[in-house]
Amino acid sequence: MALKSAMAVTGLVLVLFLIAHMYGNLMIFGGQEVFDNYSHHLRELGEPMLPYAGTLWIIRIVLLASVLIHAYSAFVLWARAKRATSVGGQRYHSSKNRTGVQRSYASFTMRWGGIVVLLFVIFHILHLTTNNIAPGGPSSSPYERVVHGFQIWWVVLVYVIAMAAVGFHLRHGIWSATQTLGQNKASRQRTINLVATAIAVVLTLGFLVPPFSVLFGLVG
Amino acid sequence: MNITLRVWRQKGKADEGRMVTYKVEDVSPDMSFLEMLDVLNEKLTVSGDDPIAFDHDCREGICGACGVVINGVSHGPEVTTTCQLHMRSFKDGDTIDVEPWRAKAFPVIKDLVVDRGSFDRIIQAGGYISAPTGTAPDAHAAPIPKTDADRAFDAATCIGCGACVAACPNASGMLFTAAKVTHLGLLPQGQPERAARVVKMVNQHDEEDFGGCTNIGECAAVCPKGIPLDTISQLNKDLLGALATGNL
Repeated sequence: MALKSAMAVTGLVLVLFLIAHMYGNLMIFGGQEVFDNYSHHLRELGEPMLPYAGTLWIIRIVLLASVLIHAYSAFVLWARAKRATSVGGQRYHSSKNRTGVQRSYASFTMRWGGIVVLLFVIFHILHLTTNNIAPGGPSSSPYERVVHGFQIWWVVLVYVIAMAAVGFHLRHGIWSATQTLGQNKASRQRTINLVATAIAVVLTLGFLVPPFSVLFGLVG
Repeated sequence: MNITLRVWRQKGKADEGRMVTYKVEDVSPDMSFLEMLDVLNEKLTVSGDDPIAFDHDCREGICGACGVVINGVSHGPEVTTTCQLHMRSFKDGDTIDVEPWRAKAFPVIKDLVVDRGSFDRIIQAGGYISAPTGTAPDAHAAPIPKTDADRAFDAATCIGCGACVAACPNASGMLFTAAKVTHLGLLPQGQPERAARVVKMVNQHDEEDFGGCTNIGECAAVCPKGIPLDTISQLNKDLLGALATGNL
């Protein structure tokens, strides 16, 4: 139970981060100077009270802790669900109604979808943060890293798949977190579902606009 | 109607179990699903075979004894109990798969009969009030808001059949537990033990090897009593409140 609340809270922290992240990404449309300044500003945030990149590191630690707690809880609960449904052999032999009565694609891809997102996050950090993976050539300018990378179709494809996974994960995750935190009521259910869908769609599209703009030559 | 049944047969707890095919002929569309099984069992008995074991009691949809997974759905294609499902919901020539509730917390005793003692132990852990009841109090002695009374009553209609666990991809018993917590927690008589109740019942739920809830909603969709999914939110609210105040 503590695990589920932990998942809900850390999940919501990560949603807030994604919203800020998407907003930052859209600065790419301001051109190289604006985008690189924004990136640099993230490191100067909180100065002189905090050292250079101090705020950024605090944010990174919070995010890393959130991801670790979220993933750990998920795996423990996954194992528990597996044990609860293990009946020695197949649970149900009927081939009918395998996908249940009403469950959504988003709800039953939470676990494997989450793994896709986790693998993507690792790739994404190696690509655009540390630049260890540099398709299209490395650069010290964040703007150039983005432009170099997304001129290549398969890089865009990787991001499209990942963002679709994020979208589905958020669609069910936001709804599920509200329920886990005891905030769902019959009268609120419609609103919660609408908000969850809206956040999922806006974030997915918001994250995909910059890569496609680069691919089609609108940016760069 | 002529029906082909594929039924889970399992001699006992230790037996591995398998799907066995039976033909049932001249089925009336007005028969209930259990009556159709009765007809098959009579034939099996006459021919010297072991009849299919299944749980049933009132056959009025109010006791919660019956319940099987039909074509992969708890209680079958209609949102009702298996005893209230009629053969008119199927077509002539259909093949129907019949399986018991499957969950680690519901071990199969024989064929379609499972041991739902885990539900009883969740109730024992806190699903009661210990206020002395005595004679019934005056109806207007303790005013209860209409919305609370309605919600408590809706939750109280849970018959503990176990369809929610069978339908849940995680084999979670949260809808059942939440129905009991909501039913007692919204009424004045349930207040003194409200915080302790939810903690004890959820602990017992987890100890019985039920899975965790991931809010998919299959449970509420198959519940013959229409227990709404937001009762689980009510349980979570009570639980978080109880843990936050430490007021157990």
